[in-house]
Amino acid sequence: MSEQGKNIILSVKDLEVKFKVRDRVLTAIRRISMDFEEGKVVAIVGESGSGKSVFTKTFTGMLEVNGEVSGGEIWFEGQDLTKIKKDSEWEKIRGKKIATVFQDPMTSLNPVKTIGDQISEVIIKHQGKSKTEAKKMAIEMMGKVGIKDPDKRYDEYPFMYSGGMRQRIVIAIALACRPRILICDEPTTALDVTIQAQIIRLIKDLSEEYGFTTIYITHDLGVVANVADVVAVMYAGQIIEYGNVDEIFYDSRHPYTWGLLSSLPQLGEKGEDLFAIRGTPPSLFEEVKGDAFAPRSNYAMKIDYEQEPPFFKVTDTHYAKTWLLDPRAPKVEPPAAVRELHARMQALTSKGGIYGER
Amino acid sequence: MSVNNGEKEVLLDVQHLEVTFSNSKKHVFKAVKDANFQVYKGETFALVGESGSGKTTIARAIIRLNDTSNGEILFKGKKINGKLSKEDKKWVQRNIQMIFQDPAASLNERATIDYCISEGLYNFHLFKDEADRQRKVDEALNSVGLLPEHKSRYPHEFSGGQRQRVGIARAMIMEPEFIIADEPISALDVSIRAQVLNLMNKFKEERGLTYMFIAHDLSVVRYFADRIAVIHNGRIVEVAPSNELFHYPIHPYTRSLLQAVPMPDPEIEKAKVLKPYDQEKEDKSAETGGSLQEIKPGHFVFMAESERAEYEAIVAEMNKTAE
Repeated sequence: MSEQGKNIILSVKDLEVKFKVRDRVLTAIRRISMDFEEGKVVAIVGESGSGKSVFTKTFTGMLEVNGEVSGGEIWFEGQDLTKIKKDSEWEKIRGKKIATVFQDPMTSLNPVKTIGDQISEVIIKHQGKSKTEAKKMAIEMMGKVGIKDPDKRYDEYPFMYSGGMRQRIVIAIALACRPRILICDEPTTALDVTIQAQIIRLIKDLSEEYGFTTIYITHDLGVVANVADVVAVMYAGQIIEYGNVDEIFYDSRHPYTWGLLSSLPQLGEKGEDLFAIRGTPPSLFEEVKGDAFAPRSNYAMKIDYEQEPPFFKVTDTHYAKTWLLDPRAPKVEPPAAVRELHARMQALTSKGGIYGER
Repeated sequence: MSVNNGEKEVLLDVQHLEVTFSNSKKHVFKAVKDANFQVYKGETFALVGESGSGKTTIARAIIRLNDTSNGEILFKGKKINGKLSKEDKKWVQRNIQMIFQDPAASLNERATIDYCISEGLYNFHLFKDEADRQRKVDEALNSVGLLPEHKSRYPHEFSGGQRQRVGIARAMIMEPEFIIADEPISALDVSIRAQVLNLMNKFKEERGLTYMFIAHDLSVVRYFADRIAVIHNGRIVEVAPSNELFHYPIHPYTRSLLQAVPMPDPEIEKAKVLKPYDQEKEDKSAETGGSLQEIKPGHFVFMAESERAEYEAIVAEMNKTAE
């Protein structure tokens, strides 16, 4: 999926990640190749267990101890990150060049240290500033992420902040070193919808101001529609569809993407069953034969159980890993819920619609 | 014993409920302030609000996990908060079941699925003999789409969706009349959520169950609930039938919640302008006090007297656009 003439900041080639779990081996990432374009917001969508968090953890050397990169390369600033062995080397990348914002702000903050100290500490460590300089920068950063009266709140502790405010602090810490890539791992899942919308907006505004590349991990397609330039859909340790945000929402090609879009509760009609993808994802302890989604798909063909599909090109920016795009495959239409998505959403959000302006 | 309100039978009646937490005499925190609502038999009543708004506290007060500091909770006309006899406590435990948010945390990880599901049966001796118990467990597993051979397994061997099914089976086997589901699908994946919601709907139809469904996401509730109460900072700000609430939201907080629901459509989502709710500006009840008032039949809004005219104007405006 590499395109010429674009500024690629991070390039993943044939990545494979394995975990040892009680004498058994689980293949969490199954040969992913993907390029990240500088300055873009890339959303990685998938269910838990699809490998989306594991995938991005390999960029900062944060795999759990029982996990290892068993194949492939990750190129960043002329260096293959999979070759890094020592933690001291990782420290030059992690936090400094590639920073991460995690789901639960309370677990990423130290409860017995003041908010201010936790931001200054990072600035002192990575940028070598003095204590007073760091404090000044930290207060400025707190203002940037929308904390009112930052100089007063500098000496407060995390428990004195609300969930949304804490996540703002985590973002301030992540950005204090001016990273080139910000990984946001479900940053708003623990927050309420009204706060969520504000945090999403904040990350977007800051990415424009500082020009960093954002990798956004989420299972919420509403959030994806808001933030993403590019969307990668993951299933069972692989990317199965990849494209610009409009292509994924208005012209998706993979049956799994169709399933995800159809099962959105926003589309539910009262008194009818919600569309549900049947079954569960495959166990990654065993080798997956053919298309991993085939047993749950309504569109599976014989070949789906035998041979893994390659990526088929839809446009220069849009690729999908499904045999349905093979010229020999019968032509199938996406389900009605997917075809009518935009029309239905427009009806829901137009004036007088239930999610519309009033 | 039951109480009738018009034609509908009231199963659960919460009146002036207040729950407070304190760490000393000085610091008393009111988690729930003067909550009033009824749950009718056979309906799904949803309680929606952000984290910390007090929705789970209300649920826990109903099943007697939190003490109440004021007000009454009546189940089938019988007071169930405060001091109760041992028998009455058992009656509450048996007839009101709860499904929790995180199935991994609510199941005993050192017990087999067989035990997890039968625990209630053991506690209340609800089976004749071992064969009868086995039959009941098998039936419960079948009804949630799991297999009897799963009985000997442990919770960690299941996926999140399957564990939530175990949580549901565990509640259903007690044959309760009333189930409180506290964010039952928040910890699950999108593709599994629909399965669990459909399953809960199936039970409602087959067994005439009554649900109280706690959620923070209005889009889920719209599909699932018959009536919705919106709660903010420990206070119920609006109660209305589901369709009514979505089409005629009146309280400014409900409106901001609805507007903030992220829509899976890039064109719409990227053009959205947010209007966050500012309590200090928009809620005048702080100074003058307020109460839940019926503004349309069955539609209640929390307001101060000074806000009534404003809200009535909104209703009039909406009625006009509807015509």
